[in-house]
Amino acid sequence: MKCHSMYVKVGIVLAMAALLIPAPGLAGETKGTIKIATQSPLSGDQSAPGEGIKLGTQLALEQLKGPIEKLGFKVDLVPFDDQAKPDVGVANARNMITDKEILAVIGHYNSGVAIPSSEVYKEASLVEISPANTNPMITDRNLPNVNRVCGRDDVQGAVGAEFAKSLKIKSAYVIHDKTTYGQSVAEFFRDNAKKLGIEVLGFEGTEEKSNFDPILTPAKAKNPDMIYFGGIYSQGAPLFKQAREKGIKAKFLGPDGLDSSDLAKIGGKAVVGMNYTTVAGPVVVYPKAKEFATAYKAKFGKGPEPFAAQAYDSTAIALKAIEGAIKAGGGKIPSREAVAAAVRKVKHNGLTGNIEFDEKGDPKKALYFVMQVVSEDPAKWNDNKEVKRLEIPAPPLKKK
Amino acid sequence: MDTALLIAIFPQVLLDGIVLGFMYALIALGYTMVYGVLEFINFAHSEIFVLGAFVGVEILLALKFWGILDAFSPFLLLGILLLAGMAGSGLLAVTVERVAYRPLRGAPRLIPLISAIGVSFSLQDIIRLFESLWNNAFNLVYPTMDELNYRIELTDTIDVSVKSLVVIVAALLMLWVLHLIVNRTKVGKAIRAVAEDQATASLMGINVNRIISLTFLIGGAMGGAAGVLFGIQYSLINPYTGFIPGLKAFTAAVLGGIGNIPGAMVGGIVLGLLEAFAASYLSLLTGGAFGAEYKDIFAFSILILILIFRPKGLLGEVVRERA
Repeated sequence: MKCHSMYVKVGIVLAMAALLIPAPGLAGETKGTIKIATQSPLSGDQSAPGEGIKLGTQLALEQLKGPIEKLGFKVDLVPFDDQAKPDVGVANARNMITDKEILAVIGHYNSGVAIPSSEVYKEASLVEISPANTNPMITDRNLPNVNRVCGRDDVQGAVGAEFAKSLKIKSAYVIHDKTTYGQSVAEFFRDNAKKLGIEVLGFEGTEEKSNFDPILTPAKAKNPDMIYFGGIYSQGAPLFKQAREKGIKAKFLGPDGLDSSDLAKIGGKAVVGMNYTTVAGPVVVYPKAKEFATAYKAKFGKGPEPFAAQAYDSTAIALKAIEGAIKAGGGKIPSREAVAAAVRKVKHNGLTGNIEFDEKGDPKKALYFVMQVVSEDPAKWNDNKEVKRLEIPAPPLKKK
Repeated sequence: MDTALLIAIFPQVLLDGIVLGFMYALIALGYTMVYGVLEFINFAHSEIFVLGAFVGVEILLALKFWGILDAFSPFLLLGILLLAGMAGSGLLAVTVERVAYRPLRGAPRLIPLISAIGVSFSLQDIIRLFESLWNNAFNLVYPTMDELNYRIELTDTIDVSVKSLVVIVAALLMLWVLHLIVNRTKVGKAIRAVAEDQATASLMGINVNRIISLTFLIGGAMGGAAGVLFGIQYSLINPYTGFIPGLKAFTAAVLGGIGNIPGAMVGGIVLGLLEAFAASYLSLLTGGAFGAEYKDIFAFSILILILIFRPKGLLGEVVRERA
């Protein structure tokens, strides 16, 4: 019996190995395969926008891989799930750099995952283009291989504070989720709010996910005009909901981490009318993204989540750079260094506007939006109202 | 430091802490029942608890889908949800015992413990798999029921919601029923006998396996009820929601004296109060140097102190009989 099961096991292992080895001949005359990887949370409580990043990339690959295929290469997508956890992101990154066919990474939803993972990409000069990471440290490390197509939290915090001022509020209570992303954007909001003369009544961090009573009780007693939450919707939505249930009448504001249809699904009536700042407007604000939204909906059966269009643009830039690098290198598969250098030079007229990187990997100019939630129906998330739009250049690299 | 503010919010924090404490106590009952009989910590209880919350939300979402959610009185609905949650979690607990613990009953103590941790992880992902079969619905939300969300204003600044009262009433009711079952019925006598000495109990004609299954059923059902109440109280659940409350409830059970049913209640309330006061007061008292994020460190430091002086827990020595 034992021997028998041994054979079965060996058989299974062999069968699996056979699946992994690409069948020769089938690929025809391709000169090789080029893979574009994505890393974003595909499972867990932040999977809604994470999946959007993957699907946006997938759509871009399918629509735009033609030129590279004409040069004789096969183009594939390899999605990785970072589960919104830094350790998982780094482990995936280690896997990625050993696969020589991966020439670019589109990714990360969480800045706290992106920063350690990009240190690994750097070892192999693997280029990363981020559709969504807003923490200043993403590009302020001045790495040659790390870029983003969206705005930054230092600017976003200031935009939030200025918007708060324009609502004529006098006091704010700031809560954050203690992550790299959430805490830093909350700090930028707090500092800018103070400068503008808004009284900051409290600054609290919490990892709590369900019971916000003990945090909200002192907040309610201090009676702020506004509650600012720096963090992600999965925590923000129940916080806002419980705040309203507790009878807190303050206005709510937060950063782009709140930008997901799940905010409406979880928060319900409590979040209707609230504002959030974002570096990624819904597709309706970009004139060129209409076709994208239609194609996305036709293919995946749902509207694009925030950052899906940014992922599409990131992928387009990566493909353009790879194509250029192939041509410059005489038709061979380019090195990762060459791709990274080419990405910095790309000028792309994408769905979300003209994208051109500065010397540290920020877009030279980025759009910032203040949005308002219009409905508790998650299906209407893309109808959220644009209250304000600003185009702000990226701050220059600070000299150390 | 704003003394007036400290005093003004005191009753509200006290109330928040008590509600949280009763929530922990309800979950802690499941740990303590099983420990009382088997001297074994059922680490899968946190997932058994979460299953109750999932059963509840699925029923509500189904009713909402069919458009008949508003046809029910919220309190009738609450009753149905509690029963369904208790049935689901109770059956799961019995199954887990049968599959993962009974075959290991003669093994050294650490073995079933490891098995329990394994079951806990497996259940998390089984629930997640099951919930993602139809759509990628990781976060599930209890539909709002206005009658349960109504807040009774005690004074201008202090109020309590109906659902918080429901938690307290349900917890007290369950403790009382459990007390009756364990101390006043024949089955309860059998449970106590098995807790005392399995071999002797079996010689006296008690079917030990059946009594142990029954213990898991009762403990699991308590967990399921706690899950439904948790969902109604905090509204957002996901397959991993159980881990932290489970850990806290386990701590509450140890604090109260594990194996001791009133102890679980006392432990839960003490922990709930410590946590609520730490989260609300730390930053006010220290001028922002220590914020609400230190609530667990503060609460657990106090627990360590208590356990140094009372290693058997708050009620561990006073009441000697187990379960």
